[in-house]
Amino acid sequence: MPDTPLIMLENVSKAYRKAKSEISIFDQLNLSIKEGDFVAIMGPSGSGKTTLLNLLGGVDRPTSGTITINGERIDKMSESALSRWRAHTVGFIFQFYNLMPMLTAARNVELPLLLTKLSRKQRRENVMTALKVVGLEDRAKHSPREMSGGQQQRVAIARAIVSDPKLLLCDEPTGDLDRETAGEILSTLQMLNRDFGKTILMVTHDPEAAKYAKSILHLDKGHFVEELVTS
Amino acid sequence: MTHGTLIWKNLTRYRLRFFLTTFAIFIAFFLFGILQSFDKALDAGAELAADDRLVVSNRINFTQPLPIAYVDRIRSMDGVLHATHQSWIGSYYQEPRNFIFGFAVDPESFMTVYQDDIVLPAEQIAAFIKNRRGVLVGADTAGTYGWALGDLVPISSNIWQQADGSKVWDVVIEGIFQSSRDELPANGLYMHYDYLNEARTFGKDFTGTVALTTTDPTLNDQVAQAIDFRFQNSAYATETRTEAAFNRSFVDQLGNIGLIISSVVGAALFTILIIVGNTMALSIRERTSEIGVMKALGFRASTVFSMVLGEAFGLAFFGGLIGTITAWGLVEIARNIPGFPFVLGFPTSVWLQAFGLMVVLGVLTGLFPAWNAYRLKLSTAFARV
Ligand SMILES: Nc1ncnc2c1ncn2[C@@H]1O[C@H](COP(=O)(O)OP(=O)(O)OP(=O)(O)O)[C@@H](O)[C@H]1O
Ligand SMILES: [Mg+2]
Repeated sequence: MPDTPLIMLENVSKAYRKAKSEISIFDQLNLSIKEGDFVAIMGPSGSGKTTLLNLLGGVDRPTSGTITINGERIDKMSESALSRWRAHTVGFIFQFYNLMPMLTAARNVELPLLLTKLSRKQRRENVMTALKVVGLEDRAKHSPREMSGGQQQRVAIARAIVSDPKLLLCDEPTGDLDRETAGEILSTLQMLNRDFGKTILMVTHDPEAAKYAKSILHLDKGHFVEELVTS
Repeated sequence: MTHGTLIWKNLTRYRLRFFLTTFAIFIAFFLFGILQSFDKALDAGAELAADDRLVVSNRINFTQPLPIAYVDRIRSMDGVLHATHQSWIGSYYQEPRNFIFGFAVDPESFMTVYQDDIVLPAEQIAAFIKNRRGVLVGADTAGTYGWALGDLVPISSNIWQQADGSKVWDVVIEGIFQSSRDELPANGLYMHYDYLNEARTFGKDFTGTVALTTTDPTLNDQVAQAIDFRFQNSAYATETRTEAAFNRSFVDQLGNIGLIISSVVGAALFTILIIVGNTMALSIRERTSEIGVMKALGFRASTVFSMVLGEAFGLAFFGGLIGTITAWGLVEIARNIPGFPFVLGFPTSVWLQAFGLMVVLGVLTGLFPAWNAYRLKLSTAFARV
């Protein structure tokens, strides 16, 4: 099914009701992203970038319209079905890493595997593989406190990929990092896209960061303008 | 790693907070265990009393005496099967702190009325009845002081005095009895009333209480009323009650212990409820974004709910178990101290009550934060990051 896109948004509207007035974020938005793409999403603050990722991750629901990911209508799923779906389809990477401070790197990465039926040994193998992919196999026993921002973000990436999801959703993954460290993180994402076929959507404010993607979507006033990266 | 590991790691992430909260719970459950044990000890006499026995005491107060002549008069009344009497000796061995629950009794009638409570071989009963200076002692009491059958033992009284000023009666151990029920300690001492009465310089021909059995338990109320009616206009008016009611009033003499105990325990439990509830609510609030992350990773709302509830239960059971086990250990130690004046025990009911309280504490402190975690919307969780 190479022709069916991995992500398909059809006529998606999203509005927040505040007191009595409604704030419309998207109105009749359409978007399709094919498997294996690496898309940067840019746009002014408040344009709805995070809201879009939330919709795609099944964390928030559209007011109307349909969202189909990997052939499944997630806008219609029940909460518990969505939880199960998220566990093996999507990996999240946040700006502030959001690791559990009391768990070691290895255990943070293992967290999503608690939702699987894998044996202890298999889990440990998967965790070590994920840590190796992000180049942190020697930090398995370290706690987040003992790691730099860049390292913490790489642990977060390992956590996002450990259950081998098709889709990675990253909300300003380098927003809190210096340029050099940001470069390392972005190269890691690029490698995950290129070598492991992960489809990646990354929100960023930084045009330099956006250049690591295959294409850039500009979100403004609820509409997209696409731009191809030429590098 | 398991869900359990995760709960434990969450619980212990702030060492000091965990320690202090656990300590508060520990104290409350420790108090609960100790005081409950005392309360049970005080109730034991009342709960285990035979309900077919009546006790006649002075209407003013059971510490006031009754004339010994009452015993025969009561015996001759309708509905009375057997009657006997007992006088408090205030006995101790060598040192006042070696206090013994001792009574002077009429041996034959005493053994008739109390035959079901006191267990010992027939030949020892016979020897006791025959020897004016003979005494019966409980196996626990005998064990404490290393007494054996045939030993001559000086027993002191903190009340009665002989003509020569001595307060000591030499007695011979003629019988060592067991308690008929395991919960009841085999302690105490029973000597001949005549032996005490003859030598004492005051209180002669008076006794403490009269105990009687009726020909039919259904007659109890009737017989009790008849006795009290008969003596109501005498200088020594009586009050006749079932043995259970009498024992209860004996305990109440010490103050309303039960009420004091439940107030203290209640206050302690209420305080930790607030402390632990506040701690749980706070720590879950602090972790809003972490809970959001867990949900984003695919943990179901119900799983998150149970994990938060599990944390509250973990806290309640951790502190509660340590507290209860410590209380139990201390009671066990106290029980084995020779001459310890209270009949302590740690019955299963105390354990069950403690477990019940741990569950209640877990539910009350965990339910609200767990519900908040359950409802937490992911999009709002991230908005708060
Ligand atoms: N839970 C909510 N309730 C009400 N309004 C909301 C909620 N979440 C987001 N919004 C509003 O939706 C709009 C888009 O928010 P969103 O977080 O998606 O923007 P963004 O593009 O990610 O901005 P930034 O670049 O600052 O992160 C904003 O105006 C915001 O105030
Ligand atoms: Mg945003």
